Amino acid sequence: MSIAAAQKKGFMAAVWDYLTTVDHKKIAKLYLFAGGFFFLLGGLEALFIRIQLISPENDFLTAGLYNEMITMHGTTMIFLAAMPLLLGLMNAIMPLQIGARDVAFPFLNSLGFWLFLFGGVLLNCSWFLGGAPDAGWTSYAPLSIQSPGHGVDFYIMGLQISGAGTLIGGINFLVTIVTMRAPGMTYMRMPLFTWTTFVTSVLILFAFPALTVGLFLLMFDRMFGAAFFDVTLGGNSVIWQHLFWIFGHPEVYILILPAFGIFSDIISTFSKKRLFGYTAMVFATILIAFLGFMVWAHHMFTVGLGPVANAIFAIATMAIAVPTGIKIFNWLATMWGGSITINSAMLWTLAFIPSFTIGGMTGVMLASAVADYQYHDTYFVVAHFHYVIVGGVVFGILAGLHYWWPKMFGRILNETLGKISFWLFFIGFHLTFFIQHFLGLMGMPRRYWVFLEDQGLDNGNLISTIGAFLMGIGGLIFVINIIYTSVKGEKASADPWDGRSLEWAIPSPPPFYNFKQTPLIRGLDPLWIEKTEGKGKITPAEPLGDIHMPDASILPFIMSFGFFVAGFGFIYQVDHSGWLAAIFIGIGIALICMLIRSLKDYHGFHIHKEDLEREAD
Amino acid sequence: MSQDHSLNPETMPQEPEKATLEGKNKFLGLWFFLGGETVLFASLFGTYLALRNSTAGGPASTDLFGLELVFVMTMLLLTSSLTSVYAMYQMKNNNFKKMQLWLGITALLGMAFLACEIYEFYHYIHEYEFTFRSSAFGSAFYTLVGFHGGHVVFGLSWLIALMVRNAKRGLNLYNAPKYYTFSLYWHFIDVVWVFIFTVVYLMGKVG
Amino acid sequence: MIGWMGKRKPLFLFGMLALLLAGCGKENLTAFEPKGYGAESSMNLIILSIIIMAFVFAIVLLVYVITLVRFRKKKGQEDFIPKQVEGNKTLETVWTVIPIILVLILAVPTVAATFDLADKSEAQDGINVEVTGNQYWWHFNYEGDEVQTSQDLYIPTGERVYLNMISSDVIHSLWVPSISGKMDVNPENVNTMYLQAHEEGVYWGKCAELCGPSHSLMDFKVVAVSPEEYEQWISDMQSVDPEAEPEDAVAQDGKALFEEKSCVACHAIGSSPNATGPNLTNFGDRSKIAGYLEPTEENLVEWLMDPEAIKPGNKMTGNYPEVSEEEAKQIANYLLQLKPSDISPESAGN
Repeated sequence: MSIAAAQKKGFMAAVWDYLTTVDHKKIAKLYLFAGGFFFLLGGLEALFIRIQLISPENDFLTAGLYNEMITMHGTTMIFLAAMPLLLGLMNAIMPLQIGARDVAFPFLNSLGFWLFLFGGVLLNCSWFLGGAPDAGWTSYAPLSIQSPGHGVDFYIMGLQISGAGTLIGGINFLVTIVTMRAPGMTYMRMPLFTWTTFVTSVLILFAFPALTVGLFLLMFDRMFGAAFFDVTLGGNSVIWQHLFWIFGHPEVYILILPAFGIFSDIISTFSKKRLFGYTAMVFATILIAFLGFMVWAHHMFTVGLGPVANAIFAIATMAIAVPTGIKIFNWLATMWGGSITINSAMLWTLAFIPSFTIGGMTGVMLASAVADYQYHDTYFVVAHFHYVIVGGVVFGILAGLHYWWPKMFGRILNETLGKISFWLFFIGFHLTFFIQHFLGLMGMPRRYWVFLEDQGLDNGNLISTIGAFLMGIGGLIFVINIIYTSVKGEKASADPWDGRSLEWAIPSPPPFYNFKQTPLIRGLDPLWIEKTEGKGKITPAEPLGDIHMPDASILPFIMSFGFFVAGFGFIYQVDHSGWLAAIFIGIGIALICMLIRSLKDYHGFHIHKEDLEREAD
Repeated sequence: MSQDHSLNPETMPQEPEKATLEGKNKFLGLWFFLGGETVLFASLFGTYLALRNSTAGGPASTDLFGLELVFVMTMLLLTSSLTSVYAMYQMKNNNFKKMQLWLGITALLGMAFLACEIYEFYHYIHEYEFTFRSSAFGSAFYTLVGFHGGHVVFGLSWLIALMVRNAKRGLNLYNAPKYYTFSLYWHFIDVVWVFIFTVVYLMGKVG
Repeated sequence: MIGWMGKRKPLFLFGMLALLLAGCGKENLTAFEPKGYGAESSMNLIILSIIIMAFVFAIVLLVYVITLVRFRKKKGQEDFIPKQVEGNKTLETVWTVIPIILVLILAVPTVAATFDLADKSEAQDGINVEVTGNQYWWHFNYEGDEVQTSQDLYIPTGERVYLNMISSDVIHSLWVPSISGKMDVNPENVNTMYLQAHEEGVYWGKCAELCGPSHSLMDFKVVAVSPEEYEQWISDMQSVDPEAEPEDAVAQDGKALFEEKSCVACHAIGSSPNATGPNLTNFGDRSKIAGYLEPTEENLVEWLMDPEAIKPGNKMTGNYPEVSEEEAKQIANYLLQLKPSDISPESAGN
């Protein structure tokens, strides 16, 4: 059901539709909307940070507020913006690319979203309830234990709830890709974006539980008097760092791998060429993910783990450069000899290659442990991870949005506005972050509320702030583009880009059952094969028949709300035991929802063959 | 409805738990979930190993642990795993009554295990004043063993809900995967306990 | 354009790069101008890695530009369908093997340097300083010499000074960019690193691990002096009599107030190990007040009257009775005349 059709039934009906939806395409839109909102919020926080650092010893923000700002900027961007936006794209596109009608667990898919959203909202409630967390997005103990007020408690509960949502999402994608591929869609025929979704989900599955445990330990220490990080009772603060980075490093690949997948699809489409070295690309993805779990301690070179550990983790980290290099060269080789169309989606992709190469190379530089003694916790690191995460992930998300917007919303994003926002953002990005490499080595540690006069840091910081505003304007124009397009945008055909993969074989936006008949896949780039060697359209694998669809449900929303209430209970029971009631009520709501879910049978419903026949192609 | 008919065939297939796509998905999803749970417990074990000697002058593992009770607990849980295997065997034989019976025994054994664990904790707290807050070792011990205990509680609730819900209508292709995934989860809890027995209690007793 | 600079162009560019890097930042703060063993070690690896990376980046950019120039969709050829290439074993092997070689070139010296910097076999015979990180100041205890000081760390040039570091509260990280890379200061274990300065001078030190609101103000100085001057300084510090009455009358009042206002409960003068607050034995010689303000009486008075305004979240605020401006001036007068040695940041800086 399209948005327009829902609007005819009235606004409340549309809201109810989205609250209860289990359709992966609608959940994708929810992810994009919520992720986009948090992205703007995180961007605003970034601008506040840069205004504070516009000149030496500035007092635009107080020291405490500044620390809240950096903490929330990092946490919001990673957990509430970048990841949900990627999960949104995965939800929208991956099932279409494998020829599935839905995901394996539509109910859990919805639950994953609502958990993420309620977790994010809980975290941001802290702004209005005595102050946001202020121990950095890494929340190192014992600073995070000692931090006064409830800020860090909000961090703990917010991330715990939204993290559970992400984990559920990961399992859902894994099972979907394993069991629900259309006939003929073998693993080695899956588009790279589906592959990276798969590998990313594996990373989510194995990385998030480490964060879950870390957050539990922090929670027990802060709220229930445990002694994990209390040195006087034998605690050890380095445990948090290990757990955090065992999660945190794979997290980086959770973000970048889907972006790699997006770029692979886009480059191949707009070069009109098959992806060069497809097999190598797949194995490079898997290798990056595998190595991603072996390198967490490179975030801890200065902790004092000793030369043996430092040397091992240094080499393991450098090794990641090899599969990443393979990818860069394969992308270049895909374009080589092609017929390259440059539009907004491709512009973001083309900008990614040099930007990310810089980020990757500074990554190798950081891997050199002794050199890292200088880089560590300085603006060099800030520059590095923004080159990777903005130059890689954000560029990837924006490229993906331009590329798949027509498929998701049925309209093509405006090219002129797209190009303006690209150039502003791109120039602003390099202006902001390139100089920061130097600032770091010139003696500016990260998370500095003020830098002092007469330390040679003034110009660099000023340039960086100017760049940040350009990025802000670029981002704003992108938002304007979305609004403009949704009102006046050009209507998209099923296949506006002369695409290669399966999602372009069905209407834009797709009907809620996706494929009227399950498609038969004959090779990599199935649509391209049919266009060049076949009849021009996908051959169905089955005769037209009834389609089984899952039931909508409000339970995920209520269940997540229960956890949200319980979150407040946990946070405030420290002050007053009356709040324990909130824990019981909240968990009670969630448990009742689970019970209803398991006691009631959900058989779904059927779309009948006759109705399908009536609908035009 | 046609639905019920398709889920209640004349003769049950050999593997009713994997006969439908939903069943396959559930089965696979649970396996993946257990993969994540493995990392969860690995992290808890790592934390415990790092802190097991951080007693801050309080009771140490060698003072606390008595292997007799833990041995009984191990036997209870191992046996419950075995009875759940029998239950799944009866499921494949399409013998619903016997399956429920074996699952009932599984639940009883699980409850006995929990009772022992509660007694154990009670004993440590009252005899030794060894609590969650006494030392980093205390926090790590109760967190690791408590997380396992929490999993047992959740598993028991799951099992009882399943048994009560389906008591009257018998086995079909809709609930068979639910029973099967429960048994997988129960085995996992059992395996974790074997590690707890070794890492916490045996190694703790050696000192 | 071709004639411009001729064949010397690469050399010229490299020279520019070196010049650019050297001009980066403030002397004795920037890591680009290493003046100590650790910083040099790091800088060598930084330069090596930049060269390797510049090489890789140049190749990527070259291929990238050529591709974009040659293979853009051409007018009149909109329907052109390129050859669908699956891959190329030789090429793919090349861009797998070359990065491996490049990584090895960087890995070998990295491992060597890692073990070299971790070598503390001579620590026993060297100078050992017990460093305590506190929110938001540094305490230095010269082990064996019974000398305690804070904020300004005096070291002799050419020698390895071993810092045995622990934190009294949260994690800090000690960083003197011009002399050495950083190491974390943890609350649960002693981490050891050494500083070895080549030249005399006053070097900026910073805290590099977020430790609270005033993290960015937790600056300190490393004062590198000649070994003779260092010996002199140690003996000057050892001979301080904490009870000695100052000559100046205002300072005498200040000393009385110092005790009356309970400053003395936290701040030791002399070799007392009390390190609740910074040791003030050679306060008059300090290069900065509160880590970053010029050591003037005006600034000190301001600090004494309202430390929170200068260093948010510090532990001094609220832990002493209120002082009037008059009283603050007297205390400041007393503190600023605590100059037990001729060896000071001022003398080292010249």
